Amino acid sequence: MPGIHDRGGWPDDSPIDRSEHQPLLWEQRTDALMRLLSSPEKGIIRVDELRRQIESLDPERYETYSYYQRWLTAIENLVIEKGIVTAEELDRRAAELEAQSAQTPPPP
Amino acid sequence: MSLDQDDHERHDHEADPHAPNEHRGPDTDVWEHRAAALQEALVAKGLVTPDQVRAMIEDWESRTPALGARLIARAWTDPVFKARLLADAKSAARELLGIDPGVPELVALENTDRVHHVVVCTLCSCYPRAILGVPPAWYKGLAYRSRAIVEPRGVLREFGLELAPWVEVRVVDSTADMRYLVLPERPAGTERMSEQELAALVTRDSMIGVARAKEPIGVT
Repeated sequence: MPGIHDRGGWPDDSPIDRSEHQPLLWEQRTDALMRLLSSPEKGIIRVDELRRQIESLDPERYETYSYYQRWLTAIENLVIEKGIVTAEELDRRAAELEAQSAQTPPPP
Repeated sequence: MSLDQDDHERHDHEADPHAPNEHRGPDTDVWEHRAAALQEALVAKGLVTPDQVRAMIEDWESRTPALGARLIARAWTDPVFKARLLADAKSAARELLGIDPGVPELVALENTDRVHHVVVCTLCSCYPRAILGVPPAWYKGLAYRSRAIVEPRGVLREFGLELAPWVEVRVVDSTADMRYLVLPERPAGTERMSEQELAALVTRDSMIGVARAKEPIGVT
């Protein structure tokens, strides 16, 4: 049984969604963080570690998450695993940002 | 947006831009805050700076299929360069574009009237990003990754490319260590075009192998 990420020949008759996806800023941010952390100068996360985390996502998340949602989850898991930050720190700050944006009235 | 400089047919206009789908995933707003929280934490630990993040995002914006198109147009007009591109695409890219493709191996594959190459990454999303920009969403999507290697002709048909039955289809599966660039066939009727005009015919999709290069205007 291949891993969830090993899609070649996976039974699938769904049409290819060829719509162009305009990148969102948080996706670019996620990508930028990964490339910085994996740069030779920093060497904090290896690309193979990112892959290990992505490939070990549970199948439901793997199949419903977008590409950069998989990435961000994987990077979070890695920095937590490496003891750089705690899950609580990340969750608390994300919740604060969420609350702040909820208070900001939408632009007129 | 600079990433999609081809005339790739768009058919996303009928969809609600905020509806979850494979390209956007669920709960988009939450992710924005999670990414910001991660960046703040890494900045607080002194591991990255906001300027470094900005520079990386600018680098993303600067990598477009126009870079790859220059390689193709040069190969169409200069047989010596073409031979070099097919023999060692990395050094050819360094020479013409002045950039390092930044991958362990880059292989250029020539499409002809007999052989047609298509690139996929069944495991994830490996792609010659330094010279083509970020891969399109469908390239990273599950349907393309699943289907391209078992029914490439059907997949190509979905992209509007019908290959003659005598054309051999070769699907190449990229890996982290080996990336591919398709050298599409030079369209007929382009003998008098300049290299720059030729480059404008080279689309992202033609360098992945799911389309041909564009026909010049006025030629059918």
